[in-house]
Amino acid sequence: MNLVESYKDDLKLIEKPWTRCWVALLIVGVILFPLFGSEHFVYLATLIFIFSIGILGQNILIGYTGQISLGQAGFLAIGAFTFGHLTKMGVPLGLCLIGAGCMAAVFGVLVGFPSLRLKGPYLAIVTLGFGIAIYQVFTSYEVLSGGRMGMVVPKFPALFGLTSEVSMYYFVFLLCVIFLAATYNLISSYIGRAFVAIRDNDIAAEVLGVNLTNYKLLSFAISSFYTGVSGALYGMFMGFLDPQMFNFSETLLIFVAVIIGGLASVEGALFGAAFVILIPQLLSGYNELTPVILGVTVVIIMIFEPLGLAGRWFKMRLYWRNWPFR
Amino acid sequence: MQLLTVDALTVRFGGISALSDVGFTMDDREILSIIGPNGAGKTTLFNCISGVYQPTRGEILFQGESLLGLSPDRIAVKGIGRTFQNIRLFNNMTVLDNLMLGRHIRFRRNPLQAYLRIRTEELRHREKVEEVIGFLDLQAYRKMRVMDCPYGVQKRVELGRAIVMEPKLLLLDEPVAGLTAEEKNRVAYLVTEIRGRFGLSILLIEHDLRIVSRLADRMVVLNFGQKLTEGTPAEVQKNPEVIRAYVGEEA
Ligand SMILES: Nc1ncnc2c1ncn2[C@@H]1O[C@H](COP(=O)(O)OP(=O)(O)OP(=O)(O)O)[C@@H](O)[C@H]1O
Ligand SMILES: [Mg+2]
Repeated sequence: MNLVESYKDDLKLIEKPWTRCWVALLIVGVILFPLFGSEHFVYLATLIFIFSIGILGQNILIGYTGQISLGQAGFLAIGAFTFGHLTKMGVPLGLCLIGAGCMAAVFGVLVGFPSLRLKGPYLAIVTLGFGIAIYQVFTSYEVLSGGRMGMVVPKFPALFGLTSEVSMYYFVFLLCVIFLAATYNLISSYIGRAFVAIRDNDIAAEVLGVNLTNYKLLSFAISSFYTGVSGALYGMFMGFLDPQMFNFSETLLIFVAVIIGGLASVEGALFGAAFVILIPQLLSGYNELTPVILGVTVVIIMIFEPLGLAGRWFKMRLYWRNWPFR
Repeated sequence: MQLLTVDALTVRFGGISALSDVGFTMDDREILSIIGPNGAGKTTLFNCISGVYQPTRGEILFQGESLLGLSPDRIAVKGIGRTFQNIRLFNNMTVLDNLMLGRHIRFRRNPLQAYLRIRTEELRHREKVEEVIGFLDLQAYRKMRVMDCPYGVQKRVELGRAIVMEPKLLLLDEPVAGLTAEEKNRVAYLVTEIRGRFGLSILLIEHDLRIVSRLADRMVVLNFGQKLTEGTPAEVQKNPEVIRAYVGEEA
């Protein structure tokens, strides 16, 4: 094997043949799922895919670039309502989604500007303020939010003889796969490296020629694009929009999912989304316990497994690979 | 034309003057050493040249252009690379990725290619990085997280990260500090090799006078933020003021 070939191998998306098999199996499983799973499970799975995209966005920002944002609900809302207005105008679905993402990205850049000066808790407070402000704006201006009754969003069309729900399930799954793959690509490119460099040591990154302004704002833009698309899909999924759907608890849910799934882990977004969506289901009847469980999980994870579920998964794989030589 | 001209450079932190009226020039392909006791202002000088601090007064010219007011990344693009006294690596990245960041300014950057996983640039720069990995003997650590590497290796990774930038001027802040005697000799040898092989000029901060006098063409001596003297190692070592400043220090 010559040298250049081996460098190329280093750049492959999936390195191990075994991982390929797993991923293929998983995809087949997801495709066949609506044939076996009940309607309710399809509903939950759709929600998990939708959330994964937003969580992925938040993870690019917090996990990879090290910039905290507690205003994600604001981006969800901007994406969702932009989507709502665009569909009303009769814009095709794909463009509506892109429009929703782009609008959120524009606001992401605006919110990113304070990050050029502020760090850690100070940035958290500014972004928190942004999330609350957006919420207030949508609740007070009915022109934007579509009136007291909320805004009705047409549901996803029923395609290929499937129900609307199952069609949406496949559509969202496809989007989720695209976002996951694109994020893997981004993270392993020069852009992802620059993000992590800023997180690990911003002064060194700057001295190596990484323009902090550009890359921080880029990270905010990408992250809020994802979140905006996620918000739009959520709106379409629910069939209506109401500012109440995007309050601070959504921000917290995304934040918690990132930490549970694993900071700086792409596949962790899926784990995190599954966790925060399935836990309330398991506890149905004791819904008031959900925040407690999530909170306690975060504390436990921060103490024992700062890398989250993805980190645990990675370690388990390592364990089995080296078994019985630990 | 001089490669680097520092003129009447003054840096104040509140009441104290970290540097006052420091000036010197540097030629192409020269190894110039900055020496001086602790707190003399050596690192502050580096921070000004690389744009991390803005000086209170004075001028810094690099290839005839002023560096004042430029951000560190602009200065990096102009061709100045540096290492830090307290290593500043990207701890959670592999050695390889740390070095690849050194190529950041040389990348033809295209976000679309990044998203679509078109990696021709990556391969092109990887070759340069591999050359430096070989030069610094880092092959065994390529895929290791920097955080898990021994101190001596981290020092070399930082050196490598600056070299792959292909700068015209390399600023090394105490590259042998904290190393074992054997490692010190190795790095000292590397420093002269770097100039020969990569054809660049080196500004070197070092406490160890024996090593410095072996490496440097000329030296500038700082003490309490002021320039005491400058000259060849032999001249400087004979200077009574230098001896006085260094009494009680290692010499
Ligand atoms: N950011 C800063 N804020 C306040 N004072 C500073 C700052 N940076 C440096 N100083 C002060 O400036 C003086 C010179 O510091 P500098 O780090 O340049 O010394 P040095 O010659 O590199 O010393 P050493 O050999 O210990 O590395 C010191 O008195 C230091 O306390
Ligand atoms: Mg110093």
